[in-house]
Amino acid sequence: MLSFNTLIAVCLAYVVALFLIAFAADRRARQGKFGWLRSPLVYTLSLSIYCTAWTFYGAVGYAARSGLEFLTIYLGPTLVMVGWWWILRKLVRIGRSQRITSIADLISSRYGKSNLLGVIVTLMAVIGTTPYIALQLQSVTLSFAVFAGRSGGWAASDLNATALWVAAGLALFTVLFGTRNLDANERHYGVVTAIAVEAVMKLFALLAVGVFVVWGVADGAGDILARIDASPIAGWELKPGRWVSLIFLSAVAFLTLPRMFQVMVVENADERHLSTASWAFPLYLMLMSLFVVPIAVVGLDLMPAGSNPDLFVLTVPLSQGREGLAMLSFLGGFSSATSMVIVAAIALSTMVSNHIVMPIWLSVARQGATVSGDVRQVVLTARRVSIAGILALGYAYYRVSGGGAALAAIGLISFVGVAQFLPALLGGIFWRGATRAGAAVGLITGFGLWAYTLFLPSFEGSFILSAELLTQGPFGIGWLRPQALFGVSGMDPLVHALFWSLTLNTIAFCSVSLASFPRPQERLQGAQFVNVFDHNPNAQGWVSGMAEAEDLLVMAQRILGPEQAQGLFSREAARQGKAGYLPDTSPDFLQRLERELAGSVGAATGHAMIGQIVGGASVSVGDLMAVADETAQMMEYSSQLEAKSAELERTARQLRVVNEKLTDLSVQKDAFLSQISHELRTPMTSIRAFSEIMREGGMTAEERAKYALIIHDETIRLTRLLDDLLDLSVLESGQVEMNMQTADLQDIIERSVTSAGGDGCLTIHRDPAREQVALLTDPDRLSQVFINLIANACKYCDAEQPELRIRVRRNGGNVEVDFVDNGTGIPAKSQPLIFEKFSRLGDQRAAGGAGLGLAISREIMANLGGSVIYLPGQGGAAFRVTLAVNGASSTKSKP
Amino acid sequence: MSERRQPLFLERESYRQRRTTDAARLLPILGFLALCLPILWGGEGGRFTSVGVIYLFGVWVVLIAVAMLLARRLRRIDAQQGTPD
Repeated sequence: MLSFNTLIAVCLAYVVALFLIAFAADRRARQGKFGWLRSPLVYTLSLSIYCTAWTFYGAVGYAARSGLEFLTIYLGPTLVMVGWWWILRKLVRIGRSQRITSIADLISSRYGKSNLLGVIVTLMAVIGTTPYIALQLQSVTLSFAVFAGRSGGWAASDLNATALWVAAGLALFTVLFGTRNLDANERHYGVVTAIAVEAVMKLFALLAVGVFVVWGVADGAGDILARIDASPIAGWELKPGRWVSLIFLSAVAFLTLPRMFQVMVVENADERHLSTASWAFPLYLMLMSLFVVPIAVVGLDLMPAGSNPDLFVLTVPLSQGREGLAMLSFLGGFSSATSMVIVAAIALSTMVSNHIVMPIWLSVARQGATVSGDVRQVVLTARRVSIAGILALGYAYYRVSGGGAALAAIGLISFVGVAQFLPALLGGIFWRGATRAGAAVGLITGFGLWAYTLFLPSFEGSFILSAELLTQGPFGIGWLRPQALFGVSGMDPLVHALFWSLTLNTIAFCSVSLASFPRPQERLQGAQFVNVFDHNPNAQGWVSGMAEAEDLLVMAQRILGPEQAQGLFSREAARQGKAGYLPDTSPDFLQRLERELAGSVGAATGHAMIGQIVGGASVSVGDLMAVADETAQMMEYSSQLEAKSAELERTARQLRVVNEKLTDLSVQKDAFLSQISHELRTPMTSIRAFSEIMREGGMTAEERAKYALIIHDETIRLTRLLDDLLDLSVLESGQVEMNMQTADLQDIIERSVTSAGGDGCLTIHRDPAREQVALLTDPDRLSQVFINLIANACKYCDAEQPELRIRVRRNGGNVEVDFVDNGTGIPAKSQPLIFEKFSRLGDQRAAGGAGLGLAISREIMANLGGSVIYLPGQGGAAFRVTLAVNGASSTKSKP
Repeated sequence: MSERRQPLFLERESYRQRRTTDAARLLPILGFLALCLPILWGGEGGRFTSVGVIYLFGVWVVLIAVAMLLARRLRRIDAQQGTPD
């Protein structure tokens, strides 16, 4: 005989095991060892909180009363999961990209981070969920009572005490593991893991009872089918309206129940898990319901008439003396109830703290986010108090309602209540035209109708609506009767309420949306939600430059905690290429910060807190026009990309050119070094050779004089070379001082011809009249260039009768002086090289110079602000010297 | 399945992917119709719970199996389309 105390002991042991599992999972997660914590299996199992104690115990009772209709509750979610590509995929993506913390947050965030909507949804969720929590408490206490009833009488007070203890225990667990970290977007690994274990437990328990019933009590599947045919529920009384409505209703509730949203969207660790859950969760549901009909049929057969079919799962094994099995089944039911309550409490407390407590706190503490005080602690406390409050509400509801049959009907009533979120939810993610006003009016309409037609009538005249009102309608107006609205009578009350509330909700939502005009923030959010798959979710909602990074850091530290906030800020600063903790408050950064805060305190509160610091300079219509319009955004983005890539290409090209030049310069430098060492070496060698000969002595004075002369000449050559080099390096470095003065071009040419000795070796043709140009220049340097050119012509002109023509021409503000000889000229391929150092064409008459003349000339001209180039196509070698007149142009002659 | 036949062109592959997502969208609709089918079952003979159990669980198993096949292919597609940051 299983004593009640054993039951309590086993139950406590199970709870302790759950605590340990949750604790271990949390610790693993904190150490970064996720492994199976993030597996699709755990995700799928966590979805099983859909199957509450109401379904664990109630499904059998439901089947015993209404046959196959209970299946609708599982078939709806199956269709939603199987059709995940439609809605769930988008919901999860939005939830992740917008860091959504609850269904209230989703709706509030979608409609311009409206706190009004957050409050409405939160209140509706609390009202809709509280009775459901009461239902769980009831089922746990009833299952306790089954065992207690066998081992001695149990008073109603004991039942109440049990309910209280269960509620308190659940509150403790939820506070411990549900409010560890503030960021609701960080998964509660401990809770989720414990729930997964509970999911396995309840499936296993129900399967075990089912297997026992089919193969232990009956003789296998065939016998069970025969027993079904012989049972009171052999005929399937399918009510088409209810059948379709309930499938639809359970599908909708699966999407909109706050606890389902919590595990499905908020706790989702990886989008890919959804594809696994799309078939694995329907499989779970199918297994959960596989043995429901057999258990119901066998229960109806075995148990005395009048026994509660809701408890067949427990009483059938007990009646067969299978106490171990009954215990297992009890734990299954216990698991179903507790996991639902825990998740519902987490989801609701997040909503309450983010959408009710925080806004109030922000407006009471007017300075809000900028004053000292730990906001984080405020939020956490708010959550903990909310959890306790929600469980207290559930318990109170359980006590007030008396825990009778009225409570059993509350499951579907609750479903219809949360189903009112559907139009705002689906409209929000699929229709950009949905507005905040539309959503608010739709929600209020739907919720009001739900309360009027279903929730309040469920008290049967004992709460707000009187019995008279229920039958006669308000003020005797018949067509306003709660359960026959607009004269539609004869409909099942549930179908009636579902039909009217959702229809009018949708109509109100759509028509007000069509008639109203959204604010910029709404349009921005709308575009981001609806087109979540299309473009990057970083449309900007803030104007930059209005906030101090330091203020933001102070606030963020208080919400996220110092470590995380500083990490975020320094990462952001690094992204902007700055050191330290204070990034520029760019719109981009504000956006990211807001999303981070939204993950902790919800979108509306996060937005409001940043708004306090930034000064409410949120998005304006002008900004919106730049970003909100999808096409414009795409185009702007792609044109920005284009511009960026063009700029990159330009830079790359410049770099390539510079690189080539550097490479060339390096080659030139090497060539220069080897040339110069060669040039230095030649005279040194002869100097050394002759000086050695002279040291040996024994030579005539004539020879000595000759050798000394050679040495002297070579020394001069060396000196000249070194002078040239020195000159060149000074000129190249640009550090040379030019002795600028007004001079006459004719004088300079005259002087140059004379000192180059040009008249001796070639005939020079000049046009003295044209040479009369006054210049602002350095006459000595300029004549150095001319001398060099004349001397070159003298040296290299290979004509029989060498001639040099010096032509002067004015060209705008410039003077061009051409030196053209009548030789063979310079071959085209050598022309680019002649101005390089040590370039000597051929080695004809090694010519005394080191090949630096033209290089020096070019540098001099560059320093004088002119140039010297080779002029091809003149019949012989031709050089053009271009000089700037520098405004000191001559008035002596006009060409 | 498709591992055996390597598609010749990328176009063909992306065409297949689109049709796979179409199938994924179609599945819940077909499922809903199949689940509502018992409404039309013969009147006077009545509907039987035992037949209903077999039919409904049959539909359920088919839905799960097809969803499983599609999920495997869709996951590949989703991976190609890229997941968010």
